[in-house]
Amino acid sequence: MSEAYFRVESGALGPEENFLSLDDILMSHEKLPVRTETAMPRLGAFFLERSAGAETENAVPQGSKLELPLWLAKGLFDNKRRILSVELPKIYQEGWRTVFSADPNVVDLHKMGPHFYGFGSQLLHFDSPENADISQSLLQTFIGRFRRIMDSSQNAYNEDTSALVARLDEMERGLFQTGQKGLNDFQCWEKGQASQITASNLVQNYKKRKFTDMED
Amino acid sequence: MFCDKAMELIRELHRAPEGQLPAFNEDGLRQVLEEMKALYEQNQSDVNEAKSGGRSDLIPTIKFRHCSLLRNRRCTVAYLYDRLLRIRALRWEYGSVLPNALRFHMAAEEMEWFNNYKRSLATYMRSLGGDEGLDITQDMKPPKSLYIEVRCLKDYGEFEVDDGTSVLLKKNSQHFLPRWKCEQLIRQGVLEHILS
Repeated sequence: MSEAYFRVESGALGPEENFLSLDDILMSHEKLPVRTETAMPRLGAFFLERSAGAETENAVPQGSKLELPLWLAKGLFDNKRRILSVELPKIYQEGWRTVFSADPNVVDLHKMGPHFYGFGSQLLHFDSPENADISQSLLQTFIGRFRRIMDSSQNAYNEDTSALVARLDEMERGLFQTGQKGLNDFQCWEKGQASQITASNLVQNYKKRKFTDMED
Repeated sequence: MFCDKAMELIRELHRAPEGQLPAFNEDGLRQVLEEMKALYEQNQSDVNEAKSGGRSDLIPTIKFRHCSLLRNRRCTVAYLYDRLLRIRALRWEYGSVLPNALRFHMAAEEMEWFNNYKRSLATYMRSLGGDEGLDITQDMKPPKSLYIEVRCLKDYGEFEVDDGTSVLLKKNSQHFLPRWKCEQLIRQGVLEHILS
């Protein structure tokens, strides 16, 4: 990893996303099911199956069920639900919450929407009556999984870790990576290599790329 | 759906392995700005219609487009800002002279930013440590000795040492050189630091 590149971190687990964070932008691109509470004229082109047709100005009719990205749902939502109302995605509903509480380690959180915790935390903005249960579920799921992530990241040295991270969501993968970095730095120090000046990773990567450019 | 092109820009940066700078996507940016212009104009006309024609039912549509405008703006600003963070890292890891391959990846304005950043850093470094200044981009790892053993990884040519003598840096040759002269070359991958 580049040592001097300090990207903007995700704020999704807190009250608000970070405006400049690439991770948060990707997270808020994920979709959730909504219901329109009023007709939306002239936007029918985007939702062809729902469009009411040319006579009604190509409107999206009231009461349509759509999948909108989080950023759009957040922007159009207000507590009087004048434009749309939001449904919880399945994995944050009671059924899946029970599965998580039974055994959080078994679930493939990467498949469930790779930003499980971030997306779930931002979902709380929509004032669902289940908010308290959702936040508890997010917290307990993480607590249940954390031990394994910490253990595996601190003990997998110089090996292929793809099996270990396959079922982790993005936030957990970040944690795993941090753990690995700590492990590698410590091993490097133990071997006495901590004072060895090295070519930066950035440089090494650019060199590799140059060769492929020449082959084209 | 709107903002697809903007998301492409974000994904492009996100895909580049930690810290690497992909080529500046001028075309992509231009398309995002065009989409923003179109959205803005459509909203302008709908707002006028809503005000003068009493079409308050257009308000959700106007909000929709406005959200898309804000999203496009966010993606654009985040794209440009993240690139600057990567360019800044280049000064610290590569040095003040960038290889041509990298320079072609930067927009003219980004190059200008890099030069300004270099200048600010240099001014700051000169202000430290009394008359001589202090090069804080050196000694990133704690030094253990004044002189170090290095091996040359590729042909570099003549290299002048402080007392005037010069050393020929040929591939695989080994030398015992002052640390402060070699650090840059090691970071650039020309030399390799050998621990005894």
